Parts: sequence; structure tokens; C-alpha cells
Amino acid sequence: MQDSHILLSVRDLTKHYPAEGNGFFHRNNEFIHAVDHVSFDLREGETLGLVGESGCGKSTTGRLVVGMEKPDGGSILYEGQELAGMSRKELSSIRTLLQMIFQDSYQSLNPRKRVLDILADPMVFHGIVSRADAPRRVGELLQLVGLPADAADRYPHEFSGGQRQRISIARALSLNPRLIVCDEPVSALDVSIQAQILNLMKDLQDRLGVAYLFIAHGLGAVHYISDRIAVMYLGEIVELGEGQEVFRHPLHPYAQALIGAVPAADPDRRPDDASILKGEAGDAVHVGEGCRFAARCPFAADQCLREHPVLTDFGNGHLAACWRAARGHECEPGI
Amino acid sequence: MMKKDVHETYAGMVWRRFKRHRAGFACLILLLAIAAAAVLAPVLAPFDPDQINPAFSQAPGGPYLLGTDQMGRDVFSRLLYGTRVSLTVGVLSTLLATSIGVVLGLTAGYFGGWADMVIMRVTDMIMSFPYIMLILVAGVIFRPGMWMIILILGFIDWPGVARLVRGEVLSLREKDFIHSAEIAGMSRRYILFSEILPNCFAPILIFATGVMAISILDEASLSFLGMGIQPPQASLGNMLNGAQSISVLTGMPWLWVAPGVMIILLVVCTNFVGDALRDAMDPNTSW
Amino acid sequence: MAKYIAKRLLYGLITLLGITIIDFILMNLVGNPIDILASNPKVSEGALKVRAHELGLDRPAWQQYFIWIGQILHGNFGFSYKTYQPVSQMILSHLFPTLILMGTALAVSMVIAVVFGIYSAVHVHTKRDYSIVFLAFLGQSVPGFFLALVLIYFFSVRLGWLPSSGMRNLNDPGDGVQLRYLILPATVLALSEAGNNIRYIRSAMLEILNQDYLRTVKGKGVGRRILIYRHALRNALIPIVTVFGMEIPGLFGGSVILEQIFSWPGLGLMTMNAILQRDYPVIMATCLLSAVVVLLANIVTDILYAVVDPTVKLGKQF
Repeated sequence: MQDSHILLSVRDLTKHYPAEGNGFFHRNNEFIHAVDHVSFDLREGETLGLVGESGCGKSTTGRLVVGMEKPDGGSILYEGQELAGMSRKELSSIRTLLQMIFQDSYQSLNPRKRVLDILADPMVFHGIVSRADAPRRVGELLQLVGLPADAADRYPHEFSGGQRQRISIARALSLNPRLIVCDEPVSALDVSIQAQILNLMKDLQDRLGVAYLFIAHGLGAVHYISDRIAVMYLGEIVELGEGQEVFRHPLHPYAQALIGAVPAADPDRRPDDASILKGEAGDAVHVGEGCRFAARCPFAADQCLREHPVLTDFGNGHLAACWRAARGHECEPGI
Repeated sequence: MMKKDVHETYAGMVWRRFKRHRAGFACLILLLAIAAAAVLAPVLAPFDPDQINPAFSQAPGGPYLLGTDQMGRDVFSRLLYGTRVSLTVGVLSTLLATSIGVVLGLTAGYFGGWADMVIMRVTDMIMSFPYIMLILVAGVIFRPGMWMIILILGFIDWPGVARLVRGEVLSLREKDFIHSAEIAGMSRRYILFSEILPNCFAPILIFATGVMAISILDEASLSFLGMGIQPPQASLGNMLNGAQSISVLTGMPWLWVAPGVMIILLVVCTNFVGDALRDAMDPNTSW
Repeated sequence: MAKYIAKRLLYGLITLLGITIIDFILMNLVGNPIDILASNPKVSEGALKVRAHELGLDRPAWQQYFIWIGQILHGNFGFSYKTYQPVSQMILSHLFPTLILMGTALAVSMVIAVVFGIYSAVHVHTKRDYSIVFLAFLGQSVPGFFLALVLIYFFSVRLGWLPSSGMRNLNDPGDGVQLRYLILPATVLALSEAGNNIRYIRSAMLEILNQDYLRTVKGKGVGRRILIYRHALRNALIPIVTVFGMEIPGLFGGSVILEQIFSWPGLGLMTMNAILQRDYPVIMATCLLSAVVVLLANIVTDILYAVVDPTVKLGKQF
């Protein structure tokens, strides 16, 4: 896995939004640091999980990667090609290789179109199949995601949430992408359905070699599907590493808290550390000099309030941005 | 595995739900019947609407189902032809207003920026003029007549449609199926006409019934004031014109009751059909 | 909020400018006043030229526009071609009856719409609700002029209770009992406005009553009556304010037709006469005046709207 080809390389990706209440009489030039100098690599056929509380910038990161929003800074290299700052036209040739699955399967399928048209139109538009050949290809895709062939004649509202998410997956796959950004693809589904969809996604990855950027606030799904995990807090990546490694030995107190908060598959793990996460989730407007997590961190020291920690490699590609970890206090969660 | 065994098209679902609205359904039937009678006016009318018969100002009876007017013309025949004119004006001016409104609303909503700014300010301006005054002034400028009325109403009625469509587009643009079409690299034209427009269809259709009701009322008011359809051509509005004189109002009610009731029927039915459509197409009520 | 109001006023100003331009273009399309004068054989060629020069009609259109705007800013709306009176004076003398008629109709229709709209929403899906909705539909569908004819037929002709016309200028002393002249036209105007608005208030009210927080309050056992009056009514202010704004253009339009039928000596009748006689400065002035009033009403509504409901997405609604 380590040696495989790097598909997507994100460096210092930054997106700021003007803060609410920037009024006529108080023009204060405040910004929400939605995504702030985020960097990561995504290898071919790999799944990178992106986790964090809502508002941490994980979804914005996904939207920036597929070009739904324009970044304010940094670069997004896809196969060595710079996507940031590309025009709509230039992007369209690469777009097919970068697809996206959304959380709300009901909103992500046009309610006025039959599944056949939803799946066929983009393929025909990009010349992947001819109009005449489209129904056959749609049938194959439906079979691939575990839906009967007659689903093609139906409208989205005739399906259950899990079935609709399968259609979304089929649509994403129809353009033969090499990377799919999955924005909370299972969090709106029942737990039993979640597992089915995750298994399907894993299975498809094995068969087609597609890479996933898997965005979720629920750690369970991320742990299950991801090869590597990146933890975001207030617009920054605070920890990044192999999935098992991050789960067993989280370095950042925030990651420790998140993992402690997972409804444990392991009954021995006490969820006590979730108590770290008391207090407000901070706001991404007034980010100070120091560590953004310092206000909520039980271990915050002087240095944490003054200096901003940078992502540092702690070995085996396990990175964290934490002064405490740098000082050598590796913490075992829940002990 | 499917939620339903029998699947139905969107139109089928709307029709099934439409029929549940009994008043709306009855009004649709009535409206279609009136429209059929109007279309078949040349066949159904016992007299030529402009033909002057020997009986002047005769009360209903004999060959004259609804009596005759002061010039001896058969009121029933004129009613059929007048309804034909009113419906033509209603339907065509609504089509015109809706087409203009849809194009400008889509443009304003999807492209935003300057196009949006200009289009919205123009709708503000037109909507600021009291409607009837604009129509009256337009009626003075251009030679009155059915086609002119259609054009005038069409060009004055579109701002409401444009605002509606723009609002729909703005909310649809935030929907993920539009995002996914954009991510799939589909052209703007495809997104606008194949993804957005079909989803605006229901609100446009509902709004259009309202526009049609208002158009029928406006044509009637305009013709009533003598600024619309000009005699001898019959329209429901100008048939009522005579009732401005007290002698007609009191002495010859058959001249004004029937066209008045016909206008009310047309407008009430159109409004009820719109209401039933709203119920049938509203995604918020259960399927 | 301040930014929103400033933006709204700026847009209002742009719209106002557009309105004056539309008004100017429309009136130029109506016809050249010199042609109208020229149709009078008593006016000589030379007199026409002098008159055209006086009116500035020998200048390019854009100059005429600015001259016109300049005059309006000084309160000068020109002179009527028919009565040779200053238009501003004509408007002032006809303003009062129209204000009385429109004000009465506005008040009555607002009361009808609010009372019946809320009553209908509170008793939703009952027979009473359906009857109100049906009547509202009917009110919306009956042309004002036809309703006027029917009411005149019954109340003036058959029963002889109310006069159908005869209203003189209110400044005119002598006739003490003016109120009875007002009843029929104001009723018709109020009823034609109320229909649509009953339904608007009803559906807005239903939405408010269905909101979650009201369910919560209900869950706490607050009495139904108190609940409706204290919580829902405050929120119902928003649709009520909206309805207020929506009524203004309809009142203008309605009064043009109804003043004609009831011979009500107001702006509507004056306008209608001016239109029939192509009295260009008068039409121009009344069109402009009514458009400005409607524009102001819209701006006030939007600002009130923002004040009543701070959560409204400012800016998105234009």
C-alpha cells in the first residue's frame, strides 16, 4: 500500500468564508477558517477517512476536491495536474474521474427522472456509451450495486434510502472514476443498512480499484472502511495515520476523545474520555495564535496557548499536531 | 425489495391525487365542458352572434334561449362566442406571460450577477404600476382588439412567474442532484433544461392557473370599461358593458346575468383546478 | 439589519428611476400632445409651434425627460390639456375621496382577512373552515365590477336603501350624510381584496400552528386559546404585514374601475377620464404617483418584515 501510486495530493488547501454579521456598519473582515492549510495524499485504490465534529471543515474539504467550491489557497494535484483554479471547461474533462456521493440520497437524485435517465445521461454526454447501448450498461451498473434490472424504469421516490444510496453509487461509478468523494454516505441510513452499503463499497473497491475519500462524523463507519484516517478540528488536520494505528494509539487529545466516544465494540473500553469534549466546539472565526483545541484540552499547557502546533511525523506515517505528544506523553485512551 | 409493487409515473401519481380533490375535479370537468362548447360555438350557436334579429330586447323564451339585446342579437349565441374570446385571451396570454417569465426567471436564478440584478429590478418596476392602469394605458396606446389584449396581458403578467421561477431555481441549485450533475461535468444547458426546469414544472403550472384566472378577469374589466374587445365582436366583458345603464340593469337582467355568471364560473373553476393541482403536486403531502 | 435597509432603499431608488423612465416612455407612446392639439381646427400652425416650444417638445426626448423630472421635483406636474388646470391641483382636489374609499376598504378587508383567515386556520378541516375557504375563493373570482352591479341592483334599485352614485367632492359642504355613499363602493373593493388574503393568512397561520415549538408549548399544557393568541399571533404579524403590502396595488386598480361605476369623484375617475380623453400630463402624473405609493408600500413591507422576523434571510429574497 505504501508504495502504490499517489492519485491525489492536497497541499495547504484553504477556504475562508466571510463571518456572519459582517454588517454595513461593522465591516470587521472576520472570516470563518473553514479549511486551513490542509494537506494529505490519497493513493490509488485506497480509502482515506476524514472525521471530525460537524463544522470542522471535512465536508468543505470534500467539496473543494471535486471542484464544487473554489479554494482560497493551496493546491489540489490530481495525477500531477493542478485542479485548483481550473476553469469550468478544463475541469469537465477531469471531472468524470472525480465523483461524489452525498449524504441525503433523496436530494441527490432528480425526483422527476427515471433511474435509467439518471444513470444514462452523464454516460451518453461523455460518450462512454451510445444512447442505444445505454440501457444495457445501466442494467450492468444496477446489477453491480445489487439492484434488480427493472429498477431502471422507476423513479427515485419508489426506493428506500439504502436503495437510493445504491443508485447514487451506481451513478458515481458510471463514469469510471478513480476517486469518489463520499460525504457521509451512510449516516442517514439505519444501522443494519449502513453495514450493507459499506460492504458494497468495499467490495466495489476491491473489484474496480477505485479510491474513496470517506467523510463522516461517525467513527464506526470510518474505522470499518478506511485504510488511513485523518482527524480534523476547526479546519485543520490534527492527526493522520494508518487506521489501526490511529485507533489503537491516538496521539492528539481530540482524537483520543473522539475514539473514546465511539459506542464501543470493545466493552472493556470505557467511554470516560468523551468527557474531554465538554464545552463549546470553539468557533472557527476567532482562531488565536496557539493550538485551536487548547480551550477544550485538559492537558493544555502554556506553550499550547502561545504556539501553533504543526503536523509532525511520529513514525510509520502517523502524524499529529500536538505539543503534548511532541513532548512524549503518548496517552492510552481510557486507561 | 421495492417499496411498491405497482409503480406509477409522476403524471399518473399527480392524476390519481388530483381526482381525490373532488371540487377541483368537478371544476376541471365543467371547465372542459365550457371550453368544448366555446370551441364548438359555430355548431352550437343557434344564431350568428352579430346577426340582427327582428326581436329587440326580448326576454328569454322562444328561439332566443337567453333573450336578445337592444340590437336584436341573440344573447346565448353571443355568450358562446364571448366565452370563446375570453378563454382564448386567458389561455394565450397566460402562455405568453409564462414563457417570458420562465426564460427570465431561469436566467436570473441560474446565472445570477448582473442578469439577475437587471431582471429583478425590471420586475420590481412593472409590479409597482397598478396593473389595471398599465393595461388601460397600453389599451390607449395600441389599437384594442383580441390579439392586442393577449399581447398586453402577456407582457404585463410575467414578473410574477419570473420571481417564482427564480426562487425555485435558487433553492434547486443547492440541491445535491444539481451538484452531482455539475460534478459529472454536464453542460449548463443540460443542467438548466433537463435537471432544473422539470422540477419547476409543478409550481409553474399551479401559478399559471392563477395567471389565467386573473387574465380572464382583466379582459372582462377592460372590455367592460370599453377599452378591450371592441363591439360588434362579443366578449364576456363587453356584454356587461350595457349594464352600466340603470334601465338595462333593472329592466333587462338577462343581458348581464349570464355573462357575469359565466365569468365567475370560468374564474372559480380555474382557481379550484389550481388548488387541486397544488394538493396533487405538493411533495410535502404524503404520496 | 442596517445594511439590509440601506440595500432595500438603494434598490427602491433604482426602481423609482426605472418607473419614471417607463412612465415617460409610455406617455410618449400615447401620442404627441401637439398632434392632439392640432386636431382642434381653431388652433393655428404658428400657435402650435409656440406651444410646442413652451412645452419643450422641440427638444430631444432625453432632454424632455430631464426637464420633466426637474419639474416634478419642484412639485410641478404640468397642466391638463383639457381643463388647463395644474395637474398637481387636480390631484389634490381628487385625492381625498380616493383616500377615504381606499382607506375604508383597506381597513375592512384587513379585518375580514385576518379574522376569517385565523378562524379558518384554527378550525382547519371543519365545515366552517371549508365554507370560509369557498367564500374566499368566490370573492377572489367575482369581478369587482360585476359584484358592484349586483349590489347596485339589490341595494339601490330593488331595496332603495343605498345610493349607487351622487357622491360629491367631500370638500363641498352642505350634504352632511356622506357615509351612505361610501358603503357600496367600499364594500365591493374590500370584498374583492379580502378573498385572496383570507386564503393567504389561513395558510400562513396553518404553517405557524404546525411549527414544532408550538407543539412543545401545547405539550406543556398551556390553554389552547392562550396559545393561539400569545404565541401564534405574534408570528402571524409577518403574513399580516405581507398582506398589507399586497393590497395596495389592488386598491389602486380596483378604485379606477369602481369609481367609474359609482361616479366617485376621486383619482380613479379622474384618471379614467384622462385616459379616455388622452389627457397626457394627467395620466402621466397619476401613473407615477400610484407606482411610487406601491413602491413605498413594498419597501415599508420588506423592512417591517425584517423587523418582525429577524430570522428572515436578508438579501436572498430580492
